[in-house]
Amino acid sequence: MWLTRLLVGAYPRWIGSAPTAAQRIYFGNHTSHMDTVVLWAALPEELRSNTRPVAAKDYWDKPGIRGLIARDELNVVMVDRSREDPNADPLDPLKDALEHGFSLIIFPEGTRSVQPLPGPFKSGLYHLASEFPQVELIPVYIENLHRSMPKGALLPVPIICTVRFGAALSLAPGEDKDLFLERARAAVIRLAS
Amino acid sequence: MNLSLNETFLAVFCALAILSAVATGVGQWAAHHTIDSARLARLGLLNSRIRGSWSVLAVFTIAFAMGPVALLVVFALASYFALREFVSLTPIKSSDHWALVVAFYLVIPAQYLLLGFGRASVFATFIPVYIFLLLPVVVAIRQDNERFLERVAKVQWGLMISVYCISHAPAIATLPIKGYEGRGPLLLLFFLLVLFLTDLLQIIFSAMLDGRALKSNPNKTAKGVLAGSASGALIGTLLWWMTPFSWWQALIMSLVIVGTGYLGSVVLAAVKQSLGARLWDTEFELTRGVLERLDALTFAAPLFWQITRYFWVIRADV
Repeated sequence: MWLTRLLVGAYPRWIGSAPTAAQRIYFGNHTSHMDTVVLWAALPEELRSNTRPVAAKDYWDKPGIRGLIARDELNVVMVDRSREDPNADPLDPLKDALEHGFSLIIFPEGTRSVQPLPGPFKSGLYHLASEFPQVELIPVYIENLHRSMPKGALLPVPIICTVRFGAALSLAPGEDKDLFLERARAAVIRLAS
Repeated sequence: MNLSLNETFLAVFCALAILSAVATGVGQWAAHHTIDSARLARLGLLNSRIRGSWSVLAVFTIAFAMGPVALLVVFALASYFALREFVSLTPIKSSDHWALVVAFYLVIPAQYLLLGFGRASVFATFIPVYIFLLLPVVVAIRQDNERFLERVAKVQWGLMISVYCISHAPAIATLPIKGYEGRGPLLLLFFLLVLFLTDLLQIIFSAMLDGRALKSNPNKTAKGVLAGSASGALIGTLLWWMTPFSWWQALIMSLVIVGTGYLGSVVLAAVKQSLGARLWDTEFELTRGVLERLDALTFAAPLFWQITRYFWVIRADV
């Protein structure tokens, strides 16, 4: 936690929304393994305990320091990217967490991109939004982090990162899935400029 | 005056603490009783500088109470934050990753360790010679030669300003001056005081005297800078008893500090503008202006160290 601050700062900037206790899904651009920690670190302390990042099981659920950070510090919701059981809904653990009143941090691109601007979003965000209409959807843009730890680098380099939180989004009644995902992606991109 | 080191420290410490406390009190009082927004902005700036005086006091106390190691750690951290700020503002490609890894994890600790072990000659050549030669090698190995010189030069510049130059400040406290043994921290305090008070006085005089704002710094005017520099040099002269200098030597050394400090702030303002001043000013709140706060120090410290070393250490032995 303090190590993240020392390395990249992780300074929050609330542009279209305020840090409140409302139940939320924060969704952002994914450029580095540190995204999860940085976004989480940028939240005020009183919100952190109630906010759970969503992360890929194949990367984070391992013994050793990685698993320790994921489980004990971040209280991560693990998602099975590989879909070992084809009948299970990979979103189940997320829905479970939302039903228990937690806020979530997700990266809808599903994988890290080389570009700072996000690629197309996967549909998970849409399904969650239609099933939990009362949850606020907050777009987040993490600036500079792709420079701190580019894909493939072993050591992060200290660079000041800011985390920008935009105005809440909601699913319009009967809105098309692709339209909505594109709108959500545009909201993140708008924060980049 | 022939006070012992402890007595001198205590006297200076008390005087500074009282001064800072009074200034903080007056500043806060004035800020609460002013409605005029322009005045309020100026007072806000002044108050932030006064808060800076507490950090000068803290650095000095650490240096004195906890010994040279703590002092090195404090300045190593300052270098770290300054370099982080510099790198954040500079467009650097991902293929320069290794150059930055070297800069942050090798150069900063090595530079301060060299200082800690008293290797003054290596300390003074490590970054300008060895790292200057090593960095382009690290970047060239990646075979990405697009804008090669520009990229290497930026990392080297960042290292020179934020590591090499800043590390000369704690080096002042370690100079082995004959007849001044064990009093190094006082010389560092003298240096920091002259630098800090000059900056403060320049802001105060700029607010009091009329005139157009300088291009390099909107908070200062030409008249204010001149008046502030003169008073800063005068204060330095009056503090001669803290230093190994006689009064006229203290006057010259104060002028060196004031002059080079001013040039440093002009140069760093130019760097800042060429990198995009908007970022520098508004984006970073908590560590905002590590470089901006230390701009005068980056130029004054190496020169003060070199001149003092030449005349009071090397020439003294001849």
